Amino acid sequence: MTDLVAALQREFGDRLRSLPSSADDQLYLELNPEDISAVIQQLGTRHGARLVAVFAEDCVAAVRVFYNYYVFDRPGDPTYLILRVPIPADQARFPSLAAEMPAVNWQEREIQDWFGIQATGHPNPRRVALHDHWPEVHPLRKDFRLDQVLPAFHGEQHEYRPTLGEGVFQVPVGPVHAGTIEPGHFNFAVAGEPILYLQLRMFYTHKGTEKLFEHLPVHRAVFLAESISGDSSFSHGAAFCQAIEKAAELEVPLRARILRTILLELERIYNHVADIGAIATDVGFVVANAQAGVLREKIVALNEDLTGSRLLRAFVCVGGVRKDWVPSQFEAVRGTIDIVERDFAELVDLIKSSDSTRDRLEHTGYLHPEKARALGIVGVAGRASGIDLDVRRDHPYAAYEFLEFHVPVYDAGDVLHRMQVRIDEVGVSANMIRSALAHLPEGPHRVAVPTIPAGRCALSSVEGWRGEIIHWVRTGPDNRLERCKIKDPSVNNWPALVEAVQGNIIADFPVINKSFNLSYSGTDR
Amino acid sequence: MFKILQKTLKTGVVTSDYPRAAARVSEHFRGRPVFDFERWRDARPAAEVCPTGAITLLDRDATRQVTVDYGLCVFCGQCADGAVRITREFELATKHRDDLVFVAEYHLKPDGTHQKFISSSTGQERAVAASGAQLGRKIHQILGRSLAIREVDAGSCNGCELEIVALNNPVHDIERFGIHFVASPRHADMLLVTGPVTRNMELALRKTYAATPDPKVVVAVGACGISGGIFGINYATRGGVDQVIPVDVYIPGCPPRPEALLHGIMLAVDRLAPVRRTK
Repeated sequence: MTDLVAALQREFGDRLRSLPSSADDQLYLELNPEDISAVIQQLGTRHGARLVAVFAEDCVAAVRVFYNYYVFDRPGDPTYLILRVPIPADQARFPSLAAEMPAVNWQEREIQDWFGIQATGHPNPRRVALHDHWPEVHPLRKDFRLDQVLPAFHGEQHEYRPTLGEGVFQVPVGPVHAGTIEPGHFNFAVAGEPILYLQLRMFYTHKGTEKLFEHLPVHRAVFLAESISGDSSFSHGAAFCQAIEKAAELEVPLRARILRTILLELERIYNHVADIGAIATDVGFVVANAQAGVLREKIVALNEDLTGSRLLRAFVCVGGVRKDWVPSQFEAVRGTIDIVERDFAELVDLIKSSDSTRDRLEHTGYLHPEKARALGIVGVAGRASGIDLDVRRDHPYAAYEFLEFHVPVYDAGDVLHRMQVRIDEVGVSANMIRSALAHLPEGPHRVAVPTIPAGRCALSSVEGWRGEIIHWVRTGPDNRLERCKIKDPSVNNWPALVEAVQGNIIADFPVINKSFNLSYSGTDR
Repeated sequence: MFKILQKTLKTGVVTSDYPRAAARVSEHFRGRPVFDFERWRDARPAAEVCPTGAITLLDRDATRQVTVDYGLCVFCGQCADGAVRITREFELATKHRDDLVFVAEYHLKPDGTHQKFISSSTGQERAVAASGAQLGRKIHQILGRSLAIREVDAGSCNGCELEIVALNNPVHDIERFGIHFVASPRHADMLLVTGPVTRNMELALRKTYAATPDPKVVVAVGACGISGGIFGINYATRGGVDQVIPVDVYIPGCPPRPEALLHGIMLAVDRLAPVRRTK
């Protein structure tokens, strides 16, 4: 990344200023709002960099500016490049990139809603993260109090874009869905059976999470991180702890990193198995889902045996993990992994033996690789549409730098291949766990948390089972945080669902949705 | 087809014997922390580490009031010390919010540790309020052994939903009790609600409640559903489910394991068999 920075500085001269960084895998550059478009254009087109996240911070009280941050990475380089753009409080606006880069559409609107900084030139500047009935407030501004009481709620005022034409009608679904899933609203425009267009409305589960992070001491905030998205509690918990460890320059013992790796992979396995079952059920293959359910129970029972929680909660901590395992627990991992692998092979065999299942999944919910690239799709959904990204390989954390593994990537982009990526990954994860166990050194499982210096910034990433999870923190005094930015892969991937459903029949929507299985809570926070 | 039959026969019966027999629970499972109030020398470390404020202290002059609220507890186990023991108990559902709250009082030494235990109370140990019990009986009379549940996620992180979904897998198989999950509140006898109730879900929850025919029961699930949990009440959340609609049963947990959910659901419709203990 240093060569890239040098190239940019040659071109933009002193309009790009280097900033100190407390983590060696992160480079910070500062530039002014008027240069955003030109610099980012260069990064993308000439240097093949990918925009990972866009977010803001309120530093008005201290330095009279907001900061916008633009995080980049590029293939084969573990370093992140982070551009910081000061935005004067009295001219709270920045040029929008959304017209050229649809991937930042929601993220820029989030900045508008939560900070009141206007994204000028945004093609669709309507609210996204606060619903229409909210008053004109900007909750992530420092002068907005966490417990501020807002005026009473007066019902729905959101207007969906009209869908016109003979025989075209709208099907509204949600926020309370028919299944036991999270709330969100889907507005389908259909002509007969095929879906013409889908409008999404999210943020029903917005809980003020990012604001709340600014009010908790770090040791409590770990639990909040675990509650960002319940099926990824360990991944989000680990991502948060890693960010704090980087900010504190805290060396986590290798044993702890390996134990974390095992649990991260168990989280991937239990979710992938459940998703494969759910995909089968959505095309009427209930027996396969029953088998997947039994298998999933075996894995979450192991989770409980290892961490005290079926969903791996309250085990990761800043500095390592809360407890080391006794020999019987290591035995449980070995034994269960063998059983899971055997049962999983039978489950896959069962699903693949069903031609009608294949018929329903193949070519269904197609996401074109080019669209996936434009939308910045990550994780399972990305890898099924040709996007070769995996944080474990690209920005190694925990113990992944010591593990050799294959990252499955397909171009087919349909439900079948989003399932196939999961099938491949379960096998890869099982091998990783065995390999991690074989290389477990003696040593401490955690180190004490020191006083964390204030004003440190750190970015951490984790390949959750769904995809790339980003946590970015800026520390404050007394082991507290001034800002904690959370980006769940679902934020990137919801727009992919909109693309993938077009032209499919409405009856296939559940299976297409399940093949992405995005987190509402992770999106809404 | 042959493969399906073969696999099914090979799998056999996997369904848990719970609640007829003890649940299969790992020895490492973290359930209810049990407080030996009389022997507790200092509540401050536990209150300090508690992530959700389930253990709170009120010091006045030389006395301290310690409040332990299982409705806020996420069962992280960090409060464990000489007088606080982490058990494997998970059947914690109650019909009254107050029954989840325990209070102890102490005289303090100058250094802030406990000098003398004064008293403790197990919440408001009231007689079961008439409404809840009657409702349960009524539902039981009208519906016999059948119960239709509509699940409502009013803002949860999705952790509770995962365990609720697990109730339908072959291991927990809630349908063996004649209990099934339905797609519409119009078909439901019970709303199983997770929280915290967000500002953006409040109206949807109210409408869902209104759409559910009487008689109906509402069960609040998990620390967030009971009290708002770690999110509490803030600009975006209203806190627990009972801040918005009346609640009949509270099921603690983060999330409650499937057996704990089953226990709470049975409690809500007065179908609990004599108590078994976790083995």
